[in-house]
Amino acid sequence: MTTILAIRDLHVAIGHHADATNVLRGASLEVGAGEVRGLVGESGAGKSMLGRAVLGLLPANAIVAAGSIHFEGRDLVAMPESERRNLLGRRIALIPQDPMTSLNPVKRVGAQISNLLRRHLGLSKRDALGRAAELLVEVAIREPRRVLELYPHEISGGMRQRVLIAMAFACDPSLVIADEPTTALDVTVQRQVLQLVERLRQRHGAAILFVTHDLGVVAKICRTMTVLHAGRVLEEGETVDVLAKPRHPYTRALLAATPRADRPAEALRPVPPALIEGLWAEARRLDGQLAMAAS
Amino acid sequence: MADLALNRSVAPPSRWVAGLKRGGARLWIGAALVGVLVLVALLAPWIAPHDPIEQDLMSAQLPPAWINGGDPAYLLGTDSLGRCVLSRLIYSARTAVVVALIAASLAAAIGIALGLVAGSFGGWVDQLTSRLIDVWMAFPPVLLSIVLAAVIGAGLTSVIAAIVVVDWTRFARVVRAETMVQLQRDYAAAARVIGLSRGGILRLEILPNLVPLVVTLLAVEMGIAILVEVILSFVGISVAGDTATWGGMIAEGRQIVYQAPWIMALPILCIISSVIGFNLLGDGLRLVLDPVQRR
Amino acid sequence: MTDILLRTGSLSFAYPERAGLFRRASMHEVVKRVDLAVPRGSVLGLVGESGSGKTTLGRLLVRLLKPTSGGIQFDGVEIGGLDEAEMRPLRARIQMIFQDPQSSLNPRLRLGTTLTRPLQVYGRLKGRRDRRDRAAALLDVVGLPADFVDRYPHELSGGQRQRAGIARALALEPDFIVADEIVSGLDVSTQAHILLLLKDLQKRLGLTMVFISHDLSVIRVLCNDVAILQHGEVVETGPVARIFASPQHPYSRELLAAIPLPDVEPGWLDEPSASAIPHQQGSAA
Repeated sequence: MTTILAIRDLHVAIGHHADATNVLRGASLEVGAGEVRGLVGESGAGKSMLGRAVLGLLPANAIVAAGSIHFEGRDLVAMPESERRNLLGRRIALIPQDPMTSLNPVKRVGAQISNLLRRHLGLSKRDALGRAAELLVEVAIREPRRVLELYPHEISGGMRQRVLIAMAFACDPSLVIADEPTTALDVTVQRQVLQLVERLRQRHGAAILFVTHDLGVVAKICRTMTVLHAGRVLEEGETVDVLAKPRHPYTRALLAATPRADRPAEALRPVPPALIEGLWAEARRLDGQLAMAAS
Repeated sequence: MADLALNRSVAPPSRWVAGLKRGGARLWIGAALVGVLVLVALLAPWIAPHDPIEQDLMSAQLPPAWINGGDPAYLLGTDSLGRCVLSRLIYSARTAVVVALIAASLAAAIGIALGLVAGSFGGWVDQLTSRLIDVWMAFPPVLLSIVLAAVIGAGLTSVIAAIVVVDWTRFARVVRAETMVQLQRDYAAAARVIGLSRGGILRLEILPNLVPLVVTLLAVEMGIAILVEVILSFVGISVAGDTATWGGMIAEGRQIVYQAPWIMALPILCIISSVIGFNLLGDGLRLVLDPVQRR
Repeated sequence: MTDILLRTGSLSFAYPERAGLFRRASMHEVVKRVDLAVPRGSVLGLVGESGSGKTTLGRLLVRLLKPTSGGIQFDGVEIGGLDEAEMRPLRARIQMIFQDPQSSLNPRLRLGTTLTRPLQVYGRLKGRRDRRDRAAALLDVVGLPADFVDRYPHELSGGQRQRAGIARALALEPDFIVADEIVSGLDVSTQAHILLLLKDLQKRLGLTMVFISHDLSVIRVLCNDVAILQHGEVVETGPVARIFASPQHPYSRELLAAIPLPDVEPGWLDEPSASAIPHQQGSAA
């Protein structure tokens, strides 16, 4: 199986010199063609940063201190900016977290989708709109022609998320980064959206890096998973294995701290603060080692 | 992650220091300019080299001391009646500061009170107050000032009254809007749940949050007050007779601008620096006080 | 014989929608004829998705809103129609913990002030020293260090703020607390701590609670009974164990089936999503 995305030993820091905070500390992961890999972590673990690093959307004061990101064999970090921008939206796509703020409020839905298609696929205006309508049908939006004419605030949150999903798959990307796409959704809507994402993935043959904090979502849609904490990969493997027989104490603790609708209240175990303290201490030790090596 | 550090309390660095750092150059320059103005106004009798209304027709229209023909006794020259320009500038600062402080504070007091009432009561009270503000703002301010002067008689009271009567609406509008926003927040609801009366909520919960806004507006309003006073004294409605005002000096200086340009130029410089000072101070204060709220 | 602390009878709330030029304002019903009964010392969960009216219902129960029709009885007293002055003495016994601690703690007031304000309102403070002591005591109850008294909300983490919110709700030693989505938006680890803290406090202090959440899994941890809301109506209610083991209403089943448990389940993603099979794994107790 070909490897679409290969991240090796990625170190990312925010800020300069003395004030720099390390957000990724030697993270490595791989996503193969058509694979759905879950990237799991709590807030501050660095999972959004990882996704942004792949997309080339790191904040201005972030530096890739070490490591590499290879997409379809090409080094993304070394690539010139213009070349990278051509990849974004076309070969690598993003399903963002917040449908509210990801669509341009002053442009009609149809215009936004067709702009994307025209830019990346060179379609004519008419063809682009036609394709846009087809995409809306794919994401189960009824009356696609009518929706194309609407503004984002005139459609529901769930529909907006579907539009964003449609846009992500529009150019048949080989990799889609889904950044917590269902976190803000109702649980019944979440299920529909996950089903949709899976269906589109199969149809377009894309690989997905699914960023989330929800272990349940990972279990349902991701065949493989990577657990991130303090910018480090603590565990990874087939989801079935990691969830059934977690090896790292952090993974075990997270599972035990996740409330389950099918288990009684007594089953809930808080994450021991000592465990977290220990992990942060390790991370700081790593920082220290790196700083010494650099100087 | 830091959440689990139940007992870790990282002491915050001194809030004042952080706040002042945020203010930046604007705060310091603004404070300096305003500080100089206020000091000059306070210490006028001691620092002015001459009596501002003392005429010396023998030394009329002398240029500033460093120009050919100037007299070191009159550092910035004299006007057509032989009065010391520097002394008149210094004493004018008194008028400016008095007007700025009193007028701005009164306008603020009235505006805030009405704004709070309109914002918190809503309903017909709000409707009435808003319409009142709208109608009031439609009056041409200068016309209103002239009418007031005709009724009360020319003088400082008239100037202050004119400013207050026009500018309270500025405060009322902003405070009303901000009050309505604040009342939507959960802490206003929480205050109701713990039994606070409406007045109590406004006084104890909302008012502290209005401080940054009001302080900034107040500083800006002082700058505006100075300008209004200048206009009115230029027109001759402000303080009577010989009393030194920047506006009056500009009016006199206008007649002889080719023969003695400094008489008009110097007051203008003073006005500009004072108004800029107040604006910068307001801006700087906003930066110091605001971030607490925005977090 | 169960002693019901809070009971609602046909409780409804509606607000007028914008009237057009020639159209009279129509009423938008958010809560429709809700009947609830919360026994003293127990926890009732209110579950619903967006638009279910659960937040509005929560606000009705603490009388932040006045019902349009129907009644609320608190400890036998009808409170639905009371005005502010009449409510005031009762407010000390009915408290609320809000969802977003960022906005429910006044950003310009120190924690000590915020926590002891309820005591101040009801005249239960005996001076400045007493105020500091009480604030420190409240912080201690929720596991926060005493020197947080001087902190501002923005100097705390999300979990710490939520604990402060809980501490404030406990200040007046109320009988009844409504917790509105208090762990939504928190990390799994933080969430577990807060839930267990609340569970412990509820048992120790004998609190009667209504716990609002969109997350059924969280409800299971804390609640004895649960009421499922859809479009402003209660579609099913009953003991937690029974509802989770055998939900009756189709919406309840849909809701339960939609919860992604952290178990790999091929076929979960197959459509149609309205699977009628509720979860039956694990022990029902």
